[in-house]
Amino acid sequence: MNRVVLIIPVVLFAVIGAFFAWGLTRDPTAIPSQLIDKPLPQFEMAAIEGLDQGFSSDELKKGEVVLLNVFGSWCVSCHIEHPFLMQLAQNDTIKIYGLNWKDEPGKGKEWLDRLGNPYTKVGDDYSGRVALDLGVTGAPETFVIDKEGKVRFRVAMPITEQYWNNTLGPMIEELRSQ
Amino acid sequence: MKAVALFLMLLFLGVANAAEPDELLDDPVLEARAEKIDAQLRCVVCQSQSIAESNAPLAKDLRLLVRERLVAGDTNKEVIAYVVERYGDYVLLKPPVQGNTLFLWAFPALALAAGGAGAFFFLRRPKPVAATPINDEDEQEIDRLLEERG
Repeated sequence: MNRVVLIIPVVLFAVIGAFFAWGLTRDPTAIPSQLIDKPLPQFEMAAIEGLDQGFSSDELKKGEVVLLNVFGSWCVSCHIEHPFLMQLAQNDTIKIYGLNWKDEPGKGKEWLDRLGNPYTKVGDDYSGRVALDLGVTGAPETFVIDKEGKVRFRVAMPITEQYWNNTLGPMIEELRSQ
Repeated sequence: MKAVALFLMLLFLGVANAAEPDELLDDPVLEARAEKIDAQLRCVVCQSQSIAESNAPLAKDLRLLVRERLVAGDTNKEVIAYVVERYGDYVLLKPPVQGNTLFLWAFPALALAAGGAGAFFFLRRPKPVAATPINDEDEQEIDRLLEERG
């Protein structure tokens, strides 16, 4: 009997240890998107200063797989992501709509003039109100919208070539074939 | 003493601040409700702070949203539901009691019960019998044995 009791702390330690070890593999800052498999929320964005066309959510629901990319000239990670978005645009891989998030008037255009414009259209969200409806937690953030106008996936980090080749590209091919 | 007071004041400097002046609602009742809601919502960029405490731009946007909803006539619950719909349960500093949080909420009670049961059985154990002092007869036997050897 006593020997059985003695093993309890060891078992407890193992269970708690395993639980903590599992916890270490999880990212507590990752907040899952609430939009997955739901229709893209309604919004309407004006053009950013210097460009002449904004867009509404309806334009992203036209039976085509598209990306909605949240960016800002103030966002350091967006600089890292930008060259690859340019590559996607130049190869006509996919339409990318830009949500210029909390950028002061003129700053977004200046950024696109300097680095190139990978976006089909760019909408102005200076107030951040559209981003709130999308549940945006930071920039860059990219939503994959399917043919039915539903959000199917969200990337909460810069898209790199490697990430595209391994994850996003195949997923988009799959969505296109549906 | 003054240094200690100053230290304490500086320590709590960040705790008291809520909405920035430009966000405050004119109606003090609504503003009070807004501040109560702010304190319950997690800032999604700086996750250990509520949106009342955080000075991140996104927290400011959320504070403005809370006020916008209140002015539109939402109840406190509706405002919180509105934000949860967009950001999920993660924005609630106090997790709701539901299926996937049951263990979280029940664990302290379970741990207390387990500890209590352990303590109960430990304390109820029969005390070891105190050793009885040796009597004269034993003493004589010891003397006899010692003499035999020595």
